[in-house]
Amino acid sequence: MESIKIEQLLEKYENAETSLHEEAVLKDYFNNNDVAPHLQQYQALFGYYAESKNENYSKPIRLNTKKQHWKWLSVAASVVLLFSVYTGYTNNQEKKEAKIAFENTQMAFQLLSKNMKKGTTAMAYLGEYETTTNKIFKNNK
Amino acid sequence: MKQTEFLSTVMPFKDKVYRLAKRLLVSSEEAEDATQELFMKLWNRKEKLSSYKSVEAFAMTMTKNYCFDRLKSKQASNMSLVHSNYKENGTSLDRKTELNDSVSIVHQLIAKLPEQQRMIIQLRDVEDYEYEEIGKVLDIKPTAVRVALSRARKKIREQLIKQHNYGINQN
Repeated sequence: MESIKIEQLLEKYENAETSLHEEAVLKDYFNNNDVAPHLQQYQALFGYYAESKNENYSKPIRLNTKKQHWKWLSVAASVVLLFSVYTGYTNNQEKKEAKIAFENTQMAFQLLSKNMKKGTTAMAYLGEYETTTNKIFKNNK
Repeated sequence: MKQTEFLSTVMPFKDKVYRLAKRLLVSSEEAEDATQELFMKLWNRKEKLSSYKSVEAFAMTMTKNYCFDRLKSKQASNMSLVHSNYKENGTSLDRKTELNDSVSIVHQLIAKLPEQQRMIIQLRDVEDYEYEEIGKVLDIKPTAVRVALSRARKKIREQLIKQHNYGINQN
């Protein structure tokens, strides 16, 4: 009784009039049941379809992420560049500050020495006083 | 679209892509390369993927076009035809060897069909696509799919019966 129904389905199947559900019935019949002898040639067909569906793509899928690597590389490069510019700048700034400080102290020292000279010229007059006083009060030493 | 998101959209049909490619290109190595290449192409178009109604149908169409290009190129025409052996499971042991033979006969019968019919058989009988879906993938009307499918199925059945009777006569 089963095989008559299957035969009808097979005819519909060959005319491409079966629904997916009906085709599932056919596949199920030929892959799981004891198939009627006169229908056995179909067993290979549906067995093959079921088998084909088990074939898988087993390799991992590689995606092109090279572009992203380049992107990250450029980001890294710019970070390094920024950092080096920053350190160079601060170094330079420190040197400048040191130079300014040096100049300032130099200026201060110059001022000091100038005033010191003034003081010593004034002292020269004092020396003059000494000689004149020596002339007036004859020192008998 | 991020990589994980892309993979979760694409993974469910990777085997279907591979099987269709193999149906058209015959060799598993070629089909593997094609699958790999195809997913790269999809990845490069990842921004546009969400605008497609069915990413799977789109991917299958791309597979078809890519395989046709491969077949046209000289490289593919110089390629040797590699046939892998199909294992059979779920049937009783005594019929196994015999069935194994006829299973690979089916494979050869399908391989002899025109490309269009081969694809339709693949999409309908192996992947269980609706006629409308097949029509979308191949860019033809569902009625044309039915006509071609019917032709292919009848042809396979005819050949199979011929082989079957031949086997009986031999014994």
